Amino acid sequence: MTVPIGAPADAEVDAPARPVAIAGRRPWTGRLGLHLTLAIISIVWLLPTISLLISSFRPEAATNTTGWWTAFTLPFEFTVQNYLDVLSRNNMGTSFLNSLLITIPATVIPIMVAAFAAFAFSWMNFPGRNVLFVLVVGLLVIPLQATLIPVLQFSVDLGIVGSFPAVWLAHTGFGLPFGIFLLRNFFGSMPREMFESAFIDGASPTTAFFRLAMPLAVPAIASLVIFQFMWVWNDLLVALVLVGGFPQVAPMPVTIANLVDSLGRNWHLLTSAAFISMLLPLFVFFALQRYFVRGILGGSVKG
Amino acid sequence: MDFGTLGFAVLAIVGVPAVTVLYILATEWLVRGLPERRRATIRPWLWLLPAFAFLGVYLIYPMIQTAILSVMDRRSESFVGFDNYLGLFGNDSFWLTIANTAMWLVLFTGIVIVIGLIVAVLTDRVRYETGVKALIFIPMAISFVAAGVIWGFMYEFDPDIGTLNAGLATVGAEPQSWLTEWPRNTVMLIIVGIWMWVGFAMVILSAGLKGISTELLEAARIDGATELQVFFRIILPLLAPTIAVVGTTIVITALKTFDIVFVMTSGNFDTEVIASLFYRARFINGDVGSASAVAVILLLAIIPVMLINIRRFQQQEAMR
Repeated sequence: MTVPIGAPADAEVDAPARPVAIAGRRPWTGRLGLHLTLAIISIVWLLPTISLLISSFRPEAATNTTGWWTAFTLPFEFTVQNYLDVLSRNNMGTSFLNSLLITIPATVIPIMVAAFAAFAFSWMNFPGRNVLFVLVVGLLVIPLQATLIPVLQFSVDLGIVGSFPAVWLAHTGFGLPFGIFLLRNFFGSMPREMFESAFIDGASPTTAFFRLAMPLAVPAIASLVIFQFMWVWNDLLVALVLVGGFPQVAPMPVTIANLVDSLGRNWHLLTSAAFISMLLPLFVFFALQRYFVRGILGGSVKG
Repeated sequence: MDFGTLGFAVLAIVGVPAVTVLYILATEWLVRGLPERRRATIRPWLWLLPAFAFLGVYLIYPMIQTAILSVMDRRSESFVGFDNYLGLFGNDSFWLTIANTAMWLVLFTGIVIVIGLIVAVLTDRVRYETGVKALIFIPMAISFVAAGVIWGFMYEFDPDIGTLNAGLATVGAEPQSWLTEWPRNTVMLIIVGIWMWVGFAMVILSAGLKGISTELLEAARIDGATELQVFFRIILPLLAPTIAVVGTTIVITALKTFDIVFVMTSGNFDTEVIASLFYRARFINGDVGSASAVAVILLLAIIPVMLINIRRFQQQEAMR
């Protein structure tokens, strides 16, 4: 996972538009080019997803012989048969559950472990604090490929290959630097007096952590959840290497990659499988998106 | 779902988080008998322990081990010096891989930033900003695998099915086999990456743009600056730090690109990039030594970005 260090604060997908400075000063026609450009970009960006969505609801014969754009000519033919087929026959139902069973612990563990470390980095004194944190910043950019061979080797030696814990632990390791970095910035920007008075009142560090730091860090935690959830849910490489040979525990990206190999041009099944895999991350993103960039950047730049 | 699976699901979803919370509560119990001074010395290390255990086991140790494996033979049995590296350098397909990765670095990074900037600047001037931005961000939430399916469908050869070839057919052009001819196929794969990542660049750049004062831009416009001058002389220089931030993130993504290539062409038709070459060397050819050498080369390529990141972090800390 990579992270922008030093990006500006307060970016949100749904940030309120600031007053449109030049609106009204020019005639509407003068802005036609602007609207037209945005319309074209929007259509180009939406077209691939729309084609997938429409194709996934068309009957097999129609999808594999005619273009998705003909779906709106008579006769209208739509069906959910592709979804029923791909869920029951191509292991997608099991893979969906596997994806959940992989993603939830692989999102929770790194966030908790990162929060403990970030809290220590922010509000405890120990020798080597800065050096260790610079190490974490350095580890942010390490590519998975540089670690995967030994990780597979000791997972085999431990006998956990082909099981969920192998994937949980690997994603925890890979997701930690980003989590520690983000939460440390967020915890670190909280007022010093708040923690000092809590400690004077006799609060233990665990109380301060669970009662003060964590509740106040909700925006940062929400954006971490988005990132880690999407990253694990959409991951192919780690899953392929650690559970790829075990269809009964394989998550959706692995199953879909196999479907691409085995089904070739059975577009009616591939499109519905791909759409099933997109549903949950889209839901998570739109549910938590108001925290998205604010959480990531709120701590690094005060504002 | 039978009861065994259900039991496991409950265990995984409730039990695992509980273990982490219990750990941190246990640390306080562990140090309770010590004098306060000793507690304050030991406590931070207990809070850091799980994180650094994971970082050590899953990042630091494997990196060192990979470097060692890269100077061993394909079964990691004997020391071969730099033979794995020399073997790669002497192979034309390796240089093709480097050329493709360079194309990813330049085209992917450049175009993502340019389109992200254009969208950020244009949406800043309209009332339906939120809608356009959400729409362009959607592909970010999609897996590379699903994107591979989507675009495989777009690039399909049959003009009755493939959207792109259907477009060509309406203007009377021949259908094209988009993914089999180099270097066009790599460009087509890069387009998929661009489609997915513009949303990210747009969101961050848009945030930077909102930080530029409206008065400044208005003053320039009143003094007679054209919109293009405002963009190139004011907005662009002020956004430079933000562009650098987005740039480093996109560069790392370009270097690590694996899934798009793996799903759409499996690295065939000369579309291999460093990360997919790694996969082929290790998991298809079973050559641990050579795969590790590829991984080390990738790591070396990323080190400059790491140093830039660390420097930027230290500058920021100095300003805190």
